[in-house]
Amino acid sequence: MMHALAQHLAVLRTVLQRMFVSPLAGLLNILVIGIALSLPAGMYVLLQNVQGLVVQLSGTPQISLFLAMDAKADDADHLRKQLAQHPAIARTEFVARAQALEQLKQSTGLADVIGGLTQNPLPDAFIVYPKQSGAQALDGLRDELAKLPKVEQAQLDSAWAYKLEALLKFGRVAVLILASLLSLALIAVTFNTIRLQILTQRDEIEVAKLIGATNGFIRRPFLYFGALQGLLGGIAAWLIITASLQLLNHQLGALAQLYASQLALHPLSVGDSLSLLLFSVYLGWLGAWLSVARHLSQVEPGRKP
Amino acid sequence: MIRFNQVSKRYPGGYEALKNVSFDIAEGEMAFLTGHSGAGKSTLLKLIAAIERPNSGSVLVNNQNVGVLKGGALPYLRRNLGIIFQDHKLLFDRSVFDNVLLPLQICGFDHRESGKRVRAALDKVGLLKREKANPIALSGGEQQRLCIARAIVNRPSILLADEPTGNLDAAYAQEIMAIFKSFHQVGVTLLISTHDESVLQDTGVRVLALKHGELQA
Repeated sequence: MMHALAQHLAVLRTVLQRMFVSPLAGLLNILVIGIALSLPAGMYVLLQNVQGLVVQLSGTPQISLFLAMDAKADDADHLRKQLAQHPAIARTEFVARAQALEQLKQSTGLADVIGGLTQNPLPDAFIVYPKQSGAQALDGLRDELAKLPKVEQAQLDSAWAYKLEALLKFGRVAVLILASLLSLALIAVTFNTIRLQILTQRDEIEVAKLIGATNGFIRRPFLYFGALQGLLGGIAAWLIITASLQLLNHQLGALAQLYASQLALHPLSVGDSLSLLLFSVYLGWLGAWLSVARHLSQVEPGRKP
Repeated sequence: MIRFNQVSKRYPGGYEALKNVSFDIAEGEMAFLTGHSGAGKSTLLKLIAAIERPNSGSVLVNNQNVGVLKGGALPYLRRNLGIIFQDHKLLFDRSVFDNVLLPLQICGFDHRESGKRVRAALDKVGLLKREKANPIALSGGEQQRLCIARAIVNRPSILLADEPTGNLDAAYAQEIMAIFKSFHQVGVTLLISTHDESVLQDTGVRVLALKHGELQA
Protein backbone atom coordinates (compact mmCIF):
# COMPACT_ATOMS: atom_id res chain seq x y z
CA MET A 1 0.00 0.00 0.00
CA MET A 2 2.70 2.46 1.07
CA HIS A 3 4.77 1.12 -1.76
CA ALA A 4 2.09 1.81 -4.38
CA LEU A 5 1.59 5.27 -2.91
CA ALA A 6 5.31 5.96 -3.15
CA GLN A 7 5.23 4.96 -6.81
CA HIS A 8 2.35 7.31 -7.55
CA LEU A 9 4.14 10.11 -5.73
CA ALA A 10 7.22 9.41 -7.82
CA VAL A 11 5.12 9.76 -10.98
CA LEU A 12 3.67 13.00 -9.66
CA ARG A 13 7.19 14.30 -9.03
CA THR A 14 8.19 13.46 -12.59
CA VAL A 15 5.11 15.26 -13.88
CA LEU A 16 5.89 18.36 -11.84
CA GLN A 17 9.45 18.32 -13.14
CA ARG A 18 8.11 18.15 -16.68
CA MET A 19 5.87 21.12 -15.99
CA PHE A 20 8.78 23.16 -14.75
CA VAL A 21 10.82 22.36 -17.84
CA SER A 22 8.68 24.85 -19.78
CA PRO A 23 6.96 27.01 -17.17
CA LEU A 24 5.76 29.64 -19.64
CA ALA A 25 4.02 27.18 -21.94
CA GLY A 26 2.49 25.47 -18.93
CA LEU A 27 1.31 28.78 -17.51
CA LEU A 28 -0.27 29.80 -20.80
CA ASN A 29 -2.09 26.48 -21.02
CA ILE A 30 -3.39 26.88 -17.49
CA LEU A 31 -4.51 30.43 -18.30
CA VAL A 32 -6.34 29.29 -21.43
CA ILE A 33 -8.12 26.58 -19.47
CA GLY A 34 -8.89 29.02 -16.64
CA ILE A 35 -10.41 31.63 -18.93
CA ALA A 36 -12.37 29.09 -20.93
CA LEU A 37 -13.84 27.61 -17.76
CA SER A 38 -14.47 30.94 -16.06
CA LEU A 39 -16.77 32.16 -18.86
CA PRO A 40 -19.56 29.58 -18.45
CA ALA A 41 -18.96 29.20 -14.72
CA GLY A 42 -19.09 32.98 -14.24
CA MET A 43 -22.30 33.23 -16.24
CA TYR A 44 -23.70 30.43 -14.13
CA VAL A 45 -22.88 32.38 -10.97
CA LEU A 46 -24.64 35.48 -12.32
CA LEU A 47 -27.71 33.46 -13.26
CA GLN A 48 -27.80 31.90 -9.80
CA ASN A 49 -27.68 35.37 -8.29
CA VAL A 50 -30.46 36.73 -10.49
CA GLN A 51 -32.57 33.71 -9.68
CA GLY A 52 -31.98 34.18 -5.98
CA LEU A 53 -33.08 37.80 -6.38
CA VAL A 54 -36.24 36.77 -8.22
CA VAL A 55 -37.24 34.30 -5.52
CA GLN A 56 -36.56 36.92 -2.88
CA LEU A 57 -38.58 39.63 -4.65
CA SER A 58 -41.52 37.65 -5.93
CA GLY A 59 -42.18 35.68 -2.77
CA THR A 60 -45.42 33.73 -2.98
CA PRO A 61 -47.50 34.57 -6.03
CA GLN A 62 -50.73 36.51 -5.50
CA ILE A 63 -53.62 37.63 -7.63
CA SER A 64 -55.25 40.99 -6.91
CA LEU A 65 -58.99 41.15 -7.67
CA PHE A 66 -60.27 44.69 -8.02
CA LEU A 67 -64.04 44.95 -7.71
CA ALA A 68 -66.19 47.27 -9.73
CA MET A 69 -66.76 50.70 -8.16
CA ASP A 70 -70.45 50.04 -7.87
CA ALA A 71 -70.03 46.78 -5.96
CA LYS A 72 -71.89 46.71 -2.68
CA ALA A 73 -70.91 45.01 0.57
CA ASP A 74 -73.31 42.15 -0.32
CA ASP A 75 -71.49 41.54 -3.56
CA ALA A 76 -68.19 41.42 -1.72
CA ASP A 77 -69.57 38.92 0.81
CA HIS A 78 -70.94 36.77 -1.95
CA LEU A 79 -67.61 36.80 -3.70
CA ARG A 80 -65.75 36.00 -0.52
CA LYS A 81 -67.83 32.82 -0.08
CA GLN A 82 -67.29 31.86 -3.70
CA LEU A 83 -63.54 32.28 -3.37
CA ALA A 84 -63.38 30.35 -0.12
CA GLN A 85 -64.94 27.32 -1.83
CA HIS A 86 -62.65 27.45 -4.84
CA PRO A 87 -60.34 24.38 -4.86
CA ALA A 88 -57.30 26.19 -6.28
CA ILE A 89 -57.22 28.97 -3.68
CA ALA A 90 -55.41 28.65 -0.37
CA ARG A 91 -56.79 31.76 1.29
CA THR A 92 -57.97 35.27 0.51
CA GLU A 93 -57.61 38.65 2.12
CA PHE A 94 -60.14 41.44 1.77
CA VAL A 95 -58.95 45.01 1.49
CA ALA A 96 -61.80 47.49 1.87
CA ARG A 97 -61.52 50.68 -0.18
CA ALA A 98 -61.28 52.88 2.93
CA GLN A 99 -58.48 50.72 4.33
CA ALA A 100 -56.61 50.83 1.02
CA LEU A 101 -56.79 54.62 0.97
CA GLU A 102 -55.46 54.80 4.51
CA GLN A 103 -52.53 52.53 3.59
CA LEU A 104 -51.77 54.62 0.56
CA LYS A 105 -51.71 57.77 2.69
CA GLN A 106 -49.26 56.29 5.16
CA SER A 107 -46.92 54.57 2.79
CA THR A 108 -46.38 57.17 0.10
CA GLY A 109 -46.45 60.43 2.01
CA LEU A 110 -49.10 61.76 -0.39
CA ALA A 111 -51.40 62.61 2.51
CA ASP A 112 -51.90 66.19 1.25
CA VAL A 113 -52.90 65.14 -2.21
CA ILE A 114 -55.18 62.39 -0.96
CA GLY A 115 -56.73 64.68 1.60
CA GLY A 116 -57.72 66.96 -1.26
CA LEU A 117 -59.74 64.25 -2.98
CA THR A 118 -63.46 64.63 -2.78
CA GLN A 119 -64.11 60.91 -2.97
CA ASN A 120 -62.15 57.67 -2.57
CA PRO A 121 -60.93 56.62 -6.05
CA LEU A 122 -59.91 53.12 -4.93
CA PRO A 123 -62.11 50.05 -5.33
CA ASP A 124 -62.61 47.21 -2.87
CA ALA A 125 -60.12 44.43 -3.49
CA PHE A 126 -59.37 40.80 -2.70
CA ILE A 127 -55.84 39.46 -2.49
CA VAL A 128 -55.96 35.82 -3.54
CA TYR A 129 -53.23 33.35 -2.55
CA PRO A 130 -53.36 30.37 -4.94
CA LYS A 131 -52.32 26.88 -3.90
CA GLN A 132 -50.21 26.20 -6.97
CA SER A 133 -47.44 28.42 -8.24
CA GLY A 134 -46.91 27.18 -11.82
CA ALA A 135 -47.09 29.95 -14.41
CA GLN A 136 -49.80 28.18 -16.42
CA ALA A 137 -52.01 27.38 -13.44
CA LEU A 138 -51.78 30.99 -12.28
CA ASP A 139 -52.70 32.36 -15.69
CA GLY A 140 -55.72 30.04 -15.86
CA LEU A 141 -56.86 31.04 -12.38
CA ARG A 142 -56.49 34.73 -13.16
CA ASP A 143 -58.58 34.41 -16.32
CA GLU A 144 -61.22 32.48 -14.41
CA LEU A 145 -61.42 34.99 -11.56
CA ALA A 146 -61.61 37.91 -13.97
CA LYS A 147 -64.92 36.54 -15.28
CA LEU A 148 -66.60 36.48 -11.85
CA PRO A 149 -69.44 38.99 -11.43
CA LYS A 150 -68.53 42.45 -10.13
CA VAL A 151 -64.85 41.81 -10.70
CA GLU A 152 -63.42 44.69 -12.69
CA GLN A 153 -59.88 43.43 -13.05
CA ALA A 154 -57.71 40.47 -12.00
CA GLN A 155 -54.01 41.14 -11.84
CA LEU A 156 -51.30 38.53 -11.42
CA ASP A 157 -48.76 40.33 -9.27
CA SER A 158 -45.79 38.08 -9.95
CA ALA A 159 -46.27 37.77 -13.70
CA TRP A 160 -43.00 39.58 -14.31
CA ALA A 161 -41.20 37.04 -12.15
CA TYR A 162 -42.44 34.23 -14.35
CA LYS A 163 -41.34 36.04 -17.47
CA LEU A 164 -37.93 36.49 -15.91
CA GLU A 165 -37.91 32.84 -14.93
CA ALA A 166 -38.45 31.89 -18.57
CA LEU A 167 -35.65 34.23 -19.56
CA LEU A 168 -33.39 32.57 -16.97
CA LYS A 169 -34.18 29.18 -18.46
CA PHE A 170 -33.07 30.52 -21.79
CA GLY A 171 -29.89 31.81 -20.14
CA ARG A 172 -29.23 28.44 -18.56
CA VAL A 173 -29.43 26.69 -21.91
CA ALA A 174 -27.06 29.27 -23.35
CA VAL A 175 -24.59 28.60 -20.51
CA LEU A 176 -24.90 24.87 -21.13
CA ILE A 177 -24.09 25.27 -24.82
CA LEU A 178 -21.17 27.55 -24.04
CA ALA A 179 -19.88 25.15 -21.38
CA SER A 180 -20.10 22.19 -23.76
CA LEU A 181 -18.23 23.99 -26.51
CA LEU A 182 -15.52 25.28 -24.22
CA SER A 183 -15.17 21.84 -22.63
CA LEU A 184 -14.44 20.44 -26.05
CA ALA A 185 -11.87 23.20 -26.52
CA LEU A 186 -10.24 22.24 -23.23
CA ILE A 187 -10.07 18.60 -24.20
CA ALA A 188 -8.47 19.69 -27.46
CA VAL A 189 -5.90 21.84 -25.63
CA THR A 190 -4.88 18.95 -23.38
CA PHE A 191 -4.95 16.52 -26.29
CA ASN A 192 -2.46 18.64 -28.16
CA THR A 193 -0.22 19.29 -25.15
CA ILE A 194 0.05 15.59 -24.49
CA ARG A 195 0.64 14.86 -28.17
CA LEU A 196 3.64 17.20 -28.14
CA GLN A 197 4.91 15.59 -24.94
CA ILE A 198 4.68 12.14 -26.43
CA LEU A 199 6.60 13.35 -29.46
CA THR A 200 9.39 14.86 -27.38
CA GLN A 201 9.55 11.78 -25.17
CA ARG A 202 9.56 9.33 -28.02
CA ASP A 203 12.99 7.95 -27.11
CA GLU A 204 12.09 7.42 -23.49
CA ILE A 205 8.83 5.68 -24.37
CA GLU A 206 10.56 3.41 -26.85
CA VAL A 207 13.32 2.45 -24.41
CA ALA A 208 10.81 1.92 -21.62
CA LYS A 209 8.79 -0.42 -23.84
CA LEU A 210 11.94 -2.31 -24.79
CA ILE A 211 12.89 -2.96 -21.20
CA GLY A 212 9.49 -4.16 -20.12
CA ALA A 213 7.29 -1.20 -19.25
CA THR A 214 3.58 -1.94 -19.34
CA ASN A 215 1.29 0.42 -21.22
CA GLY A 216 -0.15 1.49 -17.89
CA PHE A 217 3.27 2.55 -16.67
CA ILE A 218 3.90 4.60 -19.79
CA ARG A 219 0.43 6.13 -19.80
CA ARG A 220 0.42 7.14 -16.15
CA PRO A 221 2.59 10.28 -16.22
CA PHE A 222 0.67 11.67 -19.20
CA LEU A 223 -2.68 11.10 -17.52
CA TYR A 224 -1.38 12.70 -14.34
CA PHE A 225 -0.11 15.62 -16.35
CA GLY A 226 -3.51 16.14 -17.99
CA ALA A 227 -5.36 15.89 -14.69
CA LEU A 228 -2.93 18.22 -12.92
CA GLN A 229 -3.13 20.78 -15.72
CA GLY A 230 -6.91 20.54 -15.51
CA LEU A 231 -6.81 21.09 -11.75
CA LEU A 232 -4.57 24.15 -12.05
CA GLY A 233 -6.80 25.49 -14.84
CA GLY A 234 -9.83 24.97 -12.61
CA ILE A 235 -8.12 26.85 -9.79
CA ALA A 236 -7.31 29.66 -12.24
CA ALA A 237 -10.98 29.78 -13.28
CA TRP A 238 -12.07 29.91 -9.65
CA LEU A 239 -9.68 32.78 -8.95
CA ILE A 240 -10.88 34.68 -12.05
CA ILE A 241 -14.53 34.31 -10.99
CA THR A 242 -13.89 35.21 -7.37
CA ALA A 243 -11.80 38.27 -8.28
CA SER A 244 -14.39 39.41 -10.83
CA LEU A 245 -17.20 39.09 -8.29
CA GLN A 246 -15.16 41.12 -5.82
CA LEU A 247 -14.77 43.89 -8.38
CA LEU A 248 -18.45 43.78 -9.35
CA ASN A 249 -19.58 43.77 -5.73
CA HIS A 250 -17.47 46.84 -5.08
CA GLN A 251 -19.30 48.75 -7.81
CA LEU A 252 -22.65 47.21 -6.93
CA GLY A 253 -22.24 48.41 -3.36
CA ALA A 254 -21.91 51.99 -4.53
CA LEU A 255 -24.95 51.56 -6.79
CA ALA A 256 -27.03 50.02 -4.02
CA GLN A 257 -26.25 52.89 -1.72
CA LEU A 258 -27.89 55.28 -4.17
CA TYR A 259 -31.06 53.19 -3.97
CA ALA A 260 -30.72 52.82 -0.20
CA SER A 261 -30.84 49.05 -0.48
CA GLN A 262 -28.45 46.15 -0.14
CA LEU A 263 -27.24 44.32 -3.22
CA ALA A 264 -24.39 41.85 -3.36
CA LEU A 265 -23.47 38.99 -5.66
CA HIS A 266 -22.93 35.72 -3.87
CA PRO A 267 -19.67 33.92 -4.69
CA LEU A 268 -19.46 30.30 -5.84
CA SER A 269 -20.70 27.96 -3.15
CA VAL A 270 -18.34 25.33 -1.77
CA GLY A 271 -20.21 22.61 -3.63
CA ASP A 272 -20.11 24.49 -6.92
CA SER A 273 -16.40 25.27 -6.44
CA LEU A 274 -15.65 21.60 -5.88
CA SER A 275 -17.73 20.66 -8.91
CA LEU A 276 -15.81 23.16 -11.02
CA LEU A 277 -12.45 21.74 -9.91
CA LEU A 278 -13.52 18.12 -10.33
CA PHE A 279 -14.95 18.85 -13.76
CA SER A 280 -11.77 20.54 -14.94
CA VAL A 281 -9.64 17.68 -13.58
CA TYR A 282 -11.87 15.25 -15.43
CA LEU A 283 -11.62 17.21 -18.68
CA GLY A 284 -7.82 17.33 -18.45
CA TRP A 285 -7.65 13.63 -17.71
CA LEU A 286 -10.01 12.84 -20.60
CA GLY A 287 -8.02 14.94 -23.07
CA ALA A 288 -4.80 13.23 -21.98
CA TRP A 289 -6.40 9.80 -22.16
CA LEU A 290 -7.67 10.36 -25.69
CA SER A 291 -4.30 11.68 -26.77
CA VAL A 292 -2.39 8.80 -25.21
CA ALA A 293 -4.76 6.24 -26.71
CA ARG A 294 -4.30 7.85 -30.11
CA HIS A 295 -0.55 8.47 -30.11
CA LEU A 296 1.14 5.96 -27.84
CA SER A 297 0.61 2.99 -30.14
CA GLN A 298 2.54 4.87 -32.82
CA VAL A 299 5.67 4.69 -30.68
CA GLU A 300 6.38 0.98 -30.97
CA PRO A 301 9.91 -0.40 -31.04
CA GLY A 302 10.71 -2.07 -34.33
CA ARG A 303 8.03 -0.05 -36.06
CA LYS A 304 9.38 2.97 -37.86
CA PRO A 305 7.18 6.07 -37.80
CA MET B 1 16.22 -21.66 -22.61
CA ILE B 2 16.12 -20.23 -26.11
CA ARG B 3 14.93 -22.45 -28.95
CA PHE B 4 14.43 -21.60 -32.61
CA ASN B 5 12.36 -24.03 -34.68
CA GLN B 6 12.70 -23.50 -38.45
CA VAL B 7 12.29 -19.80 -38.07
CA SER B 8 12.00 -17.55 -41.13
CA LYS B 9 11.64 -13.79 -41.10
CA ARG B 10 10.79 -11.77 -44.13
CA TYR B 11 10.51 -8.00 -43.88
CA PRO B 12 7.81 -6.10 -45.73
CA GLY B 13 9.20 -5.51 -49.19
CA GLY B 14 10.35 -9.10 -49.51
CA TYR B 15 13.80 -9.00 -47.92
CA GLU B 16 14.37 -12.35 -46.24
CA ALA B 17 16.48 -11.81 -43.15
CA LEU B 18 16.33 -15.32 -41.70
CA LYS B 19 15.75 -18.58 -43.54
CA ASN B 20 14.74 -21.73 -41.71
CA VAL B 21 16.90 -21.18 -38.64
CA SER B 22 16.90 -23.79 -35.88
CA PHE B 23 19.08 -23.92 -32.77
CA ASP B 24 18.89 -24.42 -29.06
CA ILE B 25 20.69 -22.60 -26.27
CA ALA B 26 20.65 -24.28 -22.89
CA GLU B 27 20.19 -22.54 -19.58
CA GLY B 28 23.41 -20.94 -18.39
CA GLU B 29 25.04 -21.34 -21.79
CA MET B 30 27.06 -18.61 -23.44
CA ALA B 31 26.99 -18.39 -27.23
CA PHE B 32 28.25 -16.05 -29.91
CA LEU B 33 26.32 -15.12 -32.97
CA THR B 34 28.58 -14.20 -35.86
CA GLY B 35 28.20 -13.18 -39.45
CA HIS B 36 28.78 -10.34 -41.89
CA SER B 37 26.66 -7.27 -41.46
CA GLY B 38 23.22 -7.92 -42.88
CA ALA B 39 23.46 -11.63 -42.14
CA GLY B 40 20.44 -11.42 -39.80
CA LYS B 41 22.10 -11.18 -36.38
CA SER B 42 20.05 -8.23 -35.16
CA THR B 43 16.85 -9.73 -36.54
CA LEU B 44 17.49 -12.94 -34.66
CA LEU B 45 17.96 -11.07 -31.38
CA LYS B 46 14.84 -8.97 -32.06
CA LEU B 47 12.81 -12.14 -32.52
CA ILE B 48 13.86 -13.31 -29.05
CA ALA B 49 12.67 -10.06 -27.47
CA ALA B 50 9.50 -10.08 -29.61
CA ILE B 51 10.46 -6.74 -31.13
CA GLU B 52 9.89 -8.52 -34.43
CA ARG B 53 7.71 -11.56 -35.05
CA PRO B 54 8.67 -14.57 -37.20
CA ASN B 55 6.77 -15.28 -40.43
CA SER B 56 7.07 -19.01 -39.87
CA GLY B 57 8.51 -21.34 -37.26
CA SER B 58 8.51 -20.74 -33.54
CA VAL B 59 10.76 -18.91 -31.10
CA LEU B 60 10.62 -20.34 -27.60
CA VAL B 61 12.04 -18.47 -24.62
CA ASN B 62 11.69 -20.32 -21.34
CA ASN B 63 9.30 -22.67 -23.16
CA GLN B 64 7.09 -19.74 -24.08
CA ASN B 65 6.30 -19.13 -27.73
CA VAL B 66 7.15 -15.43 -27.93
CA GLY B 67 6.10 -15.16 -31.57
CA VAL B 68 2.44 -15.33 -30.64
CA LEU B 69 2.64 -13.42 -27.35
CA LYS B 70 -0.12 -10.87 -26.82
CA GLY B 71 0.80 -7.20 -26.34
CA GLY B 72 -0.09 -7.27 -22.66
CA ALA B 73 2.33 -10.12 -21.95
CA LEU B 74 5.30 -8.56 -23.75
CA PRO B 75 6.49 -6.41 -20.82
CA TYR B 76 6.83 -9.45 -18.59
CA LEU B 77 8.85 -11.32 -21.20
CA ARG B 78 11.18 -8.36 -21.63
CA ARG B 79 11.71 -7.91 -17.90
CA ASN B 80 13.29 -11.33 -17.90
CA LEU B 81 15.70 -10.31 -20.65
CA GLY B 82 18.65 -7.96 -20.42
CA ILE B 83 19.15 -6.36 -23.81
CA ILE B 84 22.26 -4.47 -24.86
CA PHE B 85 21.36 -2.51 -27.96
CA GLN B 86 23.64 -1.85 -30.87
CA ASP B 87 22.75 1.85 -30.72
CA HIS B 88 22.79 1.86 -26.88
CA LYS B 89 19.41 3.61 -26.59
CA LEU B 90 20.59 5.65 -23.62
CA LEU B 91 18.51 8.59 -22.46
CA PHE B 92 20.42 11.85 -22.50
CA ASP B 93 17.88 13.81 -20.47
CA ARG B 94 18.98 12.15 -17.23
CA SER B 95 22.05 11.06 -15.33
CA VAL B 96 23.94 7.78 -15.60
CA PHE B 97 22.33 6.72 -12.33
CA ASP B 98 18.80 7.42 -13.56
CA ASN B 99 19.42 5.56 -16.81
CA VAL B 100 20.23 2.44 -14.85
CA LEU B 101 17.35 3.10 -12.47
CA LEU B 102 14.75 3.04 -15.26
CA PRO B 103 14.26 -0.77 -15.45
CA LEU B 104 13.76 -0.91 -11.69
CA GLN B 105 11.23 1.93 -11.80
CA ILE B 106 9.39 0.03 -14.49
CA CYS B 107 9.26 -3.09 -12.37
CA GLY B 108 8.13 -1.07 -9.38
CA PHE B 109 11.11 -1.64 -7.11
CA ASP B 110 11.31 -0.15 -3.67
CA HIS B 111 13.17 3.16 -3.71
CA ARG B 112 15.94 2.30 -1.25
CA GLU B 113 16.48 -1.19 -2.57
CA SER B 114 16.76 0.07 -6.14
CA GLY B 115 19.44 2.63 -5.19
CA LYS B 116 21.60 -0.20 -3.88
CA ARG B 117 21.03 -2.28 -6.97
CA VAL B 118 21.87 0.58 -9.35
CA ARG B 119 25.17 1.21 -7.55
CA ALA B 120 25.99 -2.48 -7.57
CA ALA B 121 25.38 -2.63 -11.33
CA LEU B 122 27.43 0.50 -11.96
CA ASP B 123 30.22 -0.88 -9.79
CA LYS B 124 30.20 -4.08 -11.80
CA VAL B 125 30.94 -2.18 -15.04
CA GLY B 126 33.31 0.30 -13.37
CA LEU B 127 31.12 3.39 -13.69
CA LEU B 128 30.31 4.00 -10.05
CA LYS B 129 32.27 7.26 -10.01
CA ARG B 130 30.34 8.60 -13.00
CA GLU B 131 26.85 8.07 -11.62
CA LYS B 132 26.00 11.77 -11.67
CA ALA B 133 27.35 12.41 -15.17
CA ASN B 134 25.17 12.76 -18.22
CA PRO B 135 25.64 9.79 -20.57
CA ILE B 136 26.54 12.19 -23.37
CA ALA B 137 29.73 13.03 -21.50
CA LEU B 138 30.82 9.38 -21.52
CA SER B 139 33.20 7.83 -24.02
CA GLY B 140 31.97 5.17 -26.43
CA GLY B 141 33.30 2.37 -24.24
CA GLU B 142 31.74 3.89 -21.15
CA GLN B 143 28.38 4.27 -22.89
CA GLN B 144 28.58 0.61 -23.84
CA ARG B 145 29.27 -0.33 -20.24
CA LEU B 146 26.43 1.88 -19.06
CA CYS B 147 24.14 0.01 -21.43
CA ILE B 148 25.34 -3.26 -19.87
CA ALA B 149 24.68 -1.93 -16.37
CA ARG B 150 21.12 -1.05 -17.38
CA ALA B 151 20.63 -4.50 -18.89
CA ILE B 152 21.79 -6.37 -15.78
CA VAL B 153 20.38 -4.21 -12.99
CA ASN B 154 17.17 -6.18 -13.12
CA ARG B 155 19.16 -9.45 -12.75
CA PRO B 156 17.68 -11.07 -15.85
CA SER B 157 18.27 -14.74 -16.55
CA ILE B 158 18.99 -14.09 -20.23
CA LEU B 159 21.32 -11.43 -21.61
CA LEU B 160 21.21 -10.45 -25.27
CA ALA B 161 23.95 -8.23 -26.67
CA ASP B 162 23.88 -6.79 -30.18
CA GLU B 163 27.42 -5.93 -31.34
CA PRO B 164 28.55 -4.89 -27.86
CA THR B 165 32.14 -4.41 -29.00
CA GLY B 166 31.20 -2.91 -32.34
CA ASN B 167 33.08 0.35 -32.38
CA LEU B 168 35.51 -0.24 -29.55
CA ASP B 169 39.25 -0.80 -29.69
CA ALA B 170 40.69 -4.12 -28.67
CA ALA B 171 41.43 -3.21 -25.06
CA TYR B 172 37.89 -2.01 -24.40
CA ALA B 173 36.48 -5.03 -26.20
CA GLN B 174 38.51 -7.35 -23.97
CA GLU B 175 37.22 -5.54 -20.90
CA ILE B 176 33.62 -5.97 -21.97
CA MET B 177 34.10 -9.61 -22.85
CA ALA B 178 35.53 -10.13 -19.37
CA ILE B 179 32.38 -8.63 -17.89
CA PHE B 180 30.22 -11.00 -19.95
CA LYS B 181 32.27 -13.98 -18.81
CA SER B 182 31.69 -13.04 -15.21
CA PHE B 183 27.93 -13.13 -15.84
CA HIS B 184 28.31 -16.49 -17.50
CA GLN B 185 30.03 -17.75 -14.37
CA VAL B 186 27.04 -16.86 -12.21
CA GLY B 187 24.66 -18.78 -14.47
CA VAL B 188 23.24 -16.16 -16.82
CA THR B 189 22.35 -17.35 -20.33
CA LEU B 190 24.14 -15.14 -22.86
CA LEU B 191 23.77 -14.62 -26.58
CA ILE B 192 26.23 -12.11 -28.01
CA SER B 193 26.28 -11.05 -31.63
CA THR B 194 29.50 -9.83 -33.17
CA HIS B 195 31.14 -9.43 -36.57
CA ASP B 196 34.54 -9.25 -34.89
CA GLU B 197 36.00 -12.75 -35.09
CA SER B 198 39.08 -11.78 -33.05
CA VAL B 199 37.19 -11.81 -29.76
CA LEU B 200 36.31 -15.47 -30.29
CA GLN B 201 39.78 -16.90 -30.64
CA ASP B 202 40.72 -17.73 -27.10
CA THR B 203 37.29 -18.58 -25.78
CA GLY B 204 36.21 -21.98 -26.92
CA VAL B 205 32.62 -20.82 -26.57
CA ARG B 206 29.88 -22.01 -28.86
CA VAL B 207 29.52 -20.04 -32.09
CA LEU B 208 26.39 -19.71 -34.21
CA ALA B 209 27.44 -18.45 -37.64
CA LEU B 210 24.88 -16.78 -39.85
CA LYS B 211 25.36 -16.28 -43.56
CA HIS B 212 22.72 -14.55 -45.65
CA GLY B 213 20.12 -15.47 -43.09
CA GLU B 214 21.06 -19.12 -42.90
CA LEU B 215 22.73 -20.84 -39.99
CA GLN B 216 26.03 -22.49 -40.95
CA ALA B 217 26.56 -25.92 -39.48
